[in-house]
Amino acid sequence: MLSPEEKKEIEAEFTHYPTKQAVCIDAMKVVQKHRGWVSDEALRDVAALLDMAPDELDGIATFYNRIYRRPVGRHVILLCDSVSCWIMGYERIRGALMERLGIRLGQTTADHRFTFLPNVCLGACDRAPVMMVNEDLHLDLKTEKIEKILEEYS
Amino acid sequence: MPTLEKPLTQHLRTDGTPLDLDAYEQAGGYQGLRKALQMSPAEVTETVKRAGLRGRGGAGFPTGVKWSLVPMGAGAPHPKYLVANADEMEPGAFKDRRLLEGNPHQLIEGMIIAAYAIEADVAYIFLRWAYRQAQEALSRAIAEATERGYLGREILGSGHGLKMILHVSAGRYICGEETALLNALEGKRANPRAKPPYPQTVGLWGKPTVVNNVETLCNIPHILKNGADWFKGLSRTKDGGTKLYGASGKVKRPGLWELPMGTPAREILEEHAGGMRDGLRFRAAIPGGASTEFITDAQLDVPMDFDALRTVGSRLGTGTMIILDDQTCPVGLLWNLEQFFAQESCGWCTPCWSGLSWVEQVLGAMERGEGEEKDLEILREQTKFMAPGNTFCALAPGAMEPLASGLNYFCDDFKRHIDEKRCPWRMNGDTLR
Repeated sequence: MLSPEEKKEIEAEFTHYPTKQAVCIDAMKVVQKHRGWVSDEALRDVAALLDMAPDELDGIATFYNRIYRRPVGRHVILLCDSVSCWIMGYERIRGALMERLGIRLGQTTADHRFTFLPNVCLGACDRAPVMMVNEDLHLDLKTEKIEKILEEYS
Repeated sequence: MPTLEKPLTQHLRTDGTPLDLDAYEQAGGYQGLRKALQMSPAEVTETVKRAGLRGRGGAGFPTGVKWSLVPMGAGAPHPKYLVANADEMEPGAFKDRRLLEGNPHQLIEGMIIAAYAIEADVAYIFLRWAYRQAQEALSRAIAEATERGYLGREILGSGHGLKMILHVSAGRYICGEETALLNALEGKRANPRAKPPYPQTVGLWGKPTVVNNVETLCNIPHILKNGADWFKGLSRTKDGGTKLYGASGKVKRPGLWELPMGTPAREILEEHAGGMRDGLRFRAAIPGGASTEFITDAQLDVPMDFDALRTVGSRLGTGTMIILDDQTCPVGLLWNLEQFFAQESCGWCTPCWSGLSWVEQVLGAMERGEGEEKDLEILREQTKFMAPGNTFCALAPGAMEPLASGLNYFCDDFKRHIDEKRCPWRMNGDTLR
């Protein structure tokens, strides 16, 4: 069941678009904001609210990079793996993060504290290498900075 | 020589905080709109045409011409839409972010003028999800503009109304393609649409729609305020205006600079980016984001504009250069680029989803020391199979631009990978995925 708050936030989007389907991406983002990810059950509920078939909505959910269809940790680390970051030492940063977290890209730590994901260009190429943790952009990364950055997220 | 005016960036604050409405108005903001509202929509479009503004998203299509293709007058279908393409997900491109974060009202004013010119009723800003700071700045600026009568049912008593909505994407590179963007806005998978019909006549929900890049739209208030001749005078070439140029990679001062259109790459690299870091030599540059052909030292003096770069086999694209130095592996760089394009292919047409995966795998094998002589021919063939016209949209041809030029310029480096069965740049136990 969608919570009253989720439903209210989704319905507020109806005024922005002429069709209910156009709200579907925003609707899934609302669910994700409240629950961290979009479960099968939540997806069915959103589809019902928007008069869509669940399979159709799932096809859209899985198309977009930032809709999570599996649970994620409390903090999501998005490491930019695109060309400028690659030139500036992406592989070393990735190695340091994997070692520190004890997981590989795509995985979540056993304590559900961090999920570590690759990400295409974060649009800060002049400050490469970069990563985002939740809403925060971390620029000019160096391997020795990693520990201190992760400490900010309990 | 042009004057050194920087209309797009001169009011950006060094601490990155956005101009609020009062600060924007004090800097001359919304004067272009007031002037436009004294003109007819056709006169506004004509002014933009005469200014010689070409789209800054990469393709360089004349903006005024694009607007003039929209059906106008009493018989035109409504609602009509204007969309600001603020997706900017091409690796190496980072120019629009600065404008969105630092001066959101400049974009909003440009959009109101553009909407007036095409008689649009609704405007969407299609913003990439990662630009959180821009999202906040734009939300606040739209509210301020609405409060002061620049947006809403009746703009400054003109009889023209405009509703503006900020749409934050869920992330996918193909959304930057204008027809894929329309599908994304309609709540669908962002597959490109067949053209024709073009969005100017059949766009969002089947209605006339114009999609313009952020930097393009940010130029509009200044053109209206100062005139077409002033805009043309900013440039070193026949394409009017200034351009946001950037450089990333191992240069001394990576960054973004507003310079006259047609500034040569060497001047950007050496004067503004400070040249290469100590101990490194310039090898090549991708001049305008990930989907443009390499240029080498021999082409660095060519003006960075739409036509001049074409004459040396490359493209201006976004104008944000990715610099390759002599201690970075060109095969590894191309593998990185092709992994991106393969991952971000929407899968709609076979040459793209199948061909890009193959290219990516061949380059990966080469970088791991598993390359074979025939691989070079396979890669060359793929650049032809995915040439313009052979795929549904420009994603795969764009992916082939750096590869085709890389196969030409770095032929010896490819051969070394094959002959030595290793990457010659990975001598010190560097990681390979």
